[in-house]
Amino acid sequence: MLSDEEIKNWPEAGTATTAPVIRADHLDLTFQTNDGPVHALKDVSLDIAKGSFVSFIGPSGCGKTTFLRCIAALEHPTGGSLTVNGMTPDEARRARAYGYVFQAAGLYPWRTIGRNIALPLEIMGYSRAEQAERVARVLELVELSGFEKKFPWQLSGGMQQRASIARALAFDADILLMDEPFGALDEIVRDRLNEELLKLWDKTEKTIGFVTHSIPEAVYLSTHIVVMSPRPGRITDVIESPLPKERPLDIRDTPEFIEIAHRVREGLRAGYEE
Amino acid sequence: MAEASDPKAGATAGTGWPRWLRLPPVLGMVLALLAIWYVAVVPMNVKEVLTAAERAGVEVSPPSAVDRRDMGNWALVLRNPHALGDSWSSDRPKLPAPHQVLVELYDSTIDEELNGRRGIVRSGTLSNRSLVYHALVTLNATFLGFLIGALLGVGLAVGIVHSRVMDMSVMPWAIVSQTIPIVALAPMIIVVLYSIGVQGLIPKAVISAYLSFFPVVVGMVKGLRSPDAMQMDLMRTYSAPTASVLTKLRLPSSIPYLFASLKIAIAASLVGAIVGELPVQKGGLGARMLAGSYYGQTAQIWAALLVAAALAALLVYAIAALERRTLRRMGMMP
Ligand SMILES: Nc1ncnc2c1ncn2[C@@H]1O[C@H](COP(=O)(O)OP(=O)(O)O)[C@@H](O)[C@H]1O
Ligand SMILES: [Mg+2]
Repeated sequence: MLSDEEIKNWPEAGTATTAPVIRADHLDLTFQTNDGPVHALKDVSLDIAKGSFVSFIGPSGCGKTTFLRCIAALEHPTGGSLTVNGMTPDEARRARAYGYVFQAAGLYPWRTIGRNIALPLEIMGYSRAEQAERVARVLELVELSGFEKKFPWQLSGGMQQRASIARALAFDADILLMDEPFGALDEIVRDRLNEELLKLWDKTEKTIGFVTHSIPEAVYLSTHIVVMSPRPGRITDVIESPLPKERPLDIRDTPEFIEIAHRVREGLRAGYEE
Repeated sequence: MAEASDPKAGATAGTGWPRWLRLPPVLGMVLALLAIWYVAVVPMNVKEVLTAAERAGVEVSPPSAVDRRDMGNWALVLRNPHALGDSWSSDRPKLPAPHQVLVELYDSTIDEELNGRRGIVRSGTLSNRSLVYHALVTLNATFLGFLIGALLGVGLAVGIVHSRVMDMSVMPWAIVSQTIPIVALAPMIIVVLYSIGVQGLIPKAVISAYLSFFPVVVGMVKGLRSPDAMQMDLMRTYSAPTASVLTKLRLPSSIPYLFASLKIAIAASLVGAIVGELPVQKGGLGARMLAGSYYGQTAQIWAALLVAAALAALLVYAIAALERRTLRRMGMMP
């Protein structure tokens, strides 16, 4: 860990407006397993600026999930330092810095969609009136208005995942962490949700960390694409996207898009060949 | 929204066979059992029947009761087919015929209450000689014991899931407690409680609770631990306190497990209440069974057994109905 003195002396940390929301510095994480240690993250340094949309891509086992979980304080690094909103991940979590979306929607079958979305609000002690108001607002944000009283099994997989995004948005965290949220959905639904997610990001100005397996998805969504490689899990490339913020689906046929996708693919291949 | 919704059923009904197709196998089974029972009555009662026939002047072989005593039952049946007419109507059968049990059942329920001197029609209160009265006595202890057992079971399970110390200390004892035969333990419980001035309903309920808490503990521990890692992680991302995780995630997830356990527990409670009534002889189905065996009234034992079986079925069915209602309310069953 860095001392307070050192943090103060960091070059970028001087002014609040430019400070990264998430800062990882020489992060290391080794899991002790029965088969010996697994080096899940090695020397990972990354700054994520406020309002950016950062995708993590790489073959499975390269530590994407682990890195996201470190940010969420669900795992604790064994080396290096990590700050979220200038706090430790644990403090940031208690300050409700982020909402987390898992690959499975994980809605409670015994709660209606509305009550599922109200779950974090109940736990965090929001008043009934405020719960209702927020639930209505985020339902509209994910275009699920009118489904508040439905039970999860009455919704398709894509709609369930939208509800789980709404749940993560309900309490105004300014960071949204998403671990392959659309991984289990078919391509058409996925395209739709990608488009909606971009709109939502534009409207809410959140900082998004997004894990994916899909190159087109990463390129389409992100301002920054972090390419990772396994054994040990590390970052091999960070690609800043030149694409405009306004992105219709057919931007995927433009030369710029294809060019970035190509670079990502090269980065992934390089990681394999090492 | 264009996406199709996909109502997947929470619990599908049985085998999917139409109801009328399920009836013949059940009926066939019942008829087969009844047939076996009627046949079994003959060899079971043959000695008493032959003695009575001999007294009535029928020639039986061998003629000496002492010789007959040492012979096999089937051999006697085969040698005296002409003298077995009373097999299904003997006064004090070792094994009463089904219709004798039904007559006893009728006599000691409906007939006793309607026409008996102490029946509800003449006296305004249930006759203490009727099975209705004794069933209610047993049911009282069953309910109280079940309530104590279920609450204790849920409480212990919550403790076990939240405390490593409790997990390691309580669970082995709970398992050991169930390895002691209840028939050996029941009299001791009654005697110990009697010595401190507790008798009547409470000792029986204690025995019921003793039998019923265990399935609830086992089921609830599994149920409370049923949320997967992702659901627990979600709670952690909210920094949810333990109490919220319990009430909002663990308890609702455990409901299906709870009901499965409760069905076993209520049947066990009934057994416990009956066992608790055996040594005391102060009413209840257990007391009736033991009294029947003291006085050679086997039909009375069987009638009490039938009532106990019917009660058990009714209780389990009631829990199942409550389960359906609850799950439907929770939206976990369409
Ligand atoms: N809780 C854990 N215990 C032990 N090893 C783990 C654990 N979580 C992840 N790993 C290992 O760490 C590595 C990175 O995993 P993960 O972050 O899930 O990869 P990805 O999400 O990129 O597929 C893998 O080798 C995985 O087996
Ligand atoms: Mg992963």
